[in-house]
Formats: sequence, structure tokens, C-alpha cells
Amino acid sequence: MPLMHFRLASPASLIDINGVDELDYIERKNGMLSIGARTRQAQILTSEAAANAAPLLVEAISYIGHAQIRNRGTVAGSAAHADPAAEVPAALIALGADLECVSRAGTRAVAAADFFTGPFQTVLSDDELLTEIRVPAWPDGTGSAWMELTRIYHGFPVVGAGAVVHMSDGTIDRAGLGLCGMAATPIGADAAIDVLVGSAPSAELVEDATSAALADLEPPADVHGSTAYRTRAGRAYVRRTLTAAITNAGGTL
Amino acid sequence: MNTVAIALNVNGTSHHAEVDPRVSLVDFLRDELGLTGTHIGCEQGVCGSCTVLIDGTSVLSCLMLAVQAQGAEISTVESLSNGEAMHPLQEAFWEKQGLQCGFCTPGILMRAKEILDANPNPTADEIREGIAGNLCRCTGYQFIVESVLDAAERQTANA
Repeated sequence: MPLMHFRLASPASLIDINGVDELDYIERKNGMLSIGARTRQAQILTSEAAANAAPLLVEAISYIGHAQIRNRGTVAGSAAHADPAAEVPAALIALGADLECVSRAGTRAVAAADFFTGPFQTVLSDDELLTEIRVPAWPDGTGSAWMELTRIYHGFPVVGAGAVVHMSDGTIDRAGLGLCGMAATPIGADAAIDVLVGSAPSAELVEDATSAALADLEPPADVHGSTAYRTRAGRAYVRRTLTAAITNAGGTL
Repeated sequence: MNTVAIALNVNGTSHHAEVDPRVSLVDFLRDELGLTGTHIGCEQGVCGSCTVLIDGTSVLSCLMLAVQAQGAEISTVESLSNGEAMHPLQEAFWEKQGLQCGFCTPGILMRAKEILDANPNPTADEIREGIAGNLCRCTGYQFIVESVLDAAERQTANA
């Protein structure tokens, strides 16, 4: 709507899915948390299923705008909008979610890491609708953390990071990381995951993973932060979320 | 121009209207229904001035099209008073100086109504967090928080 108010977008037609009650659900099935496309962000905040399966998503969504926005905004809407600085896309990448895209030609599931192609751009074609988000439920004992830098309380993130860590016998055996505001799309950081998985947590490991996550990034500059500022802030937020996620997973640094 | 027929209930009154699909809900409420209590601030979902309740839930009427309100029950600030007695929230804002210029007040009153409907006795911190989406450039918020606390007391006393 703001894009239309600003005359930045003037779509010839809009299809409203608010009337499609069948797309309003949060369900845990087959080890996945399934979220229908009409499900409001506010519903995630009070969902026991979401809190159990994907606490990172709940935490990230708690940072979105304010109550009036979350009452109306949907999880899938934020994903399809594909703002590179938004919380939901980065959290979905960190968690390894799949996005179900439906057209008359058929249904396909796209990994969150492959879904976002540019600022406000996704792999969705003109005749496709994002109908469901499926977030894998991470095992019990998984630790996660979302943190973001904003100019004002609950403002839009300048940069943000979400981390998920699972440990077994003192070693990190599974991890996820998602960053927003650091590139033209929300991004994961496979290089950082490679550093983490298979190792016992330590401050040095977190530092190495953080460096790996930032290695190839040249964050966009705008009035809210230069490339150098975003790089420095992004480094701090990756380090802090990884540290917090490891701690929440029962690890010590 | 292609218009769309909508039926909705605003403040207890049923309305049928033919609307241009591009019209926002707040423009419809103000221009078509004459309910100018709901204010237009930023038109980008930041200021909270246009907050109304739809089926009891606070939303920003600048971020919705009027056609999306088909079948909805909407409450605007005009619903608070019957025209004679003020709502406890309005009494409290009057008594506690919860407004200065008043531009943000309709949105804050409706958000405060939702907060008190869900929790009749919120703490000052809960109120502060609850109205985080409503910008006020006059009061510094302290008197607003005190007004909502006072309204909660008034409502509890009357209950």
C-alpha cells in the first residue's frame, strides 16, 4: 500500500486473498510448521506450535513494526514482498524454510535460500501465488536468537541477523544464519555454517564464522548507513546472535 | 470507472456503497461516510493516526483498501461516545491532559480501547509498549500513559 501511495507502484489489478479462509492456519505436521499465506504475523506471536517449532521466527516477527502492522500483515506477505531489510525473509533462510508456490501449471516448493532474487524480487512468476511456508521444526534443545539495529524503537532494520544452533555432545551439529539489510536480498551464510558445524563452540569459532559470513559482502549504502557502517554493524550483530544462539543451545564460549 | 459494491458495518450502522477500488479505507471513512475523526497522518503505516478497530482488532486504515473491508465491522473514534456521555477513555484523556494538538488522539484512543479490552488493568510499561505504533509529537507520551491508566481505573470502578 505505501508503494501505491507513493505512486511507486500502480498495478493494473490486485487480487485480495483476505477472503480465502483456507489459507489461514498454523499447523505442525511431518516435522514441519506449515503456515498458510493468509496467517497474520500477530497469530505467530501467540501460537504454541510456532513457539515450539520455530522460536526464531516468533522472535523475528516480534520486531516487525508494531501491533497494528502485525495484526494485518501476513508472514507470507512479508516473504513475497521480499524487502531485503525485512525480518521474515532472513529468518526463513536461517531456519531452512520452503515456500510453496502454486500456479495453474502446478505446485513447486522453493527453498528460502533460492526464493529471493533481488530487492523486492522473488522467483514467483506473474501467475504464481505463494500459498504456504513450511519451516522445519528443529530438534528440542535448539538455541536461536534474532537481533537487529533500528533507528527508532521497532523501526525498520538497518541490519539484522538471526541464528539457529543445535548441539550434540558438546559439538555444533546443525546451524542456520540469516542476514537482512546486508545485500540486495536477504542472505544466508553457508560459509559460516561450514565453519560452525562439527566444531565445539568457542569465542574464536564465533569470530571465524562471523568473518566467513561477512567475507564476500558489500552491503548497500543509503542514508541510514554507509557500506562501512553496515559491514561493521552486521559483524557485531552476527557475532551477538551466534553467541546468543549457542548459549541458548546449552553451549558455553 | 469500475466501482465495486461493498457492504460493511461502521459503528453499528450498516452501509452499502459503490467504491472506486483504489480508495483507501481511511479516505472512504472520511470522504464517503463523513467520519473525519479518523485522521490521516503518514499514509505509510508509521504514525498510527488512522488506527481503527476491525472486528475488534486494531489496524491502520491507510494500509487497507475500502474494498477489503467488505463484510467487516469497523469501529472508529466516533463509536466511543453516544454524543452525550464521554467514554471513560475520553474522560481520562480530558482529565489527565492526554492530548495537546489532538491529531494523534483518535488513533491512540482506538488502540488504547483494544489494549483495555484485552487487559483491563495493564501496567504503565504494557501501555507504553502497546502504543508504540502511535506517534505523538506533543505530549512526550507520559500524560497519555497516565490517561490510559486512569481510564483503566474508571472502567474497573464502573464494572
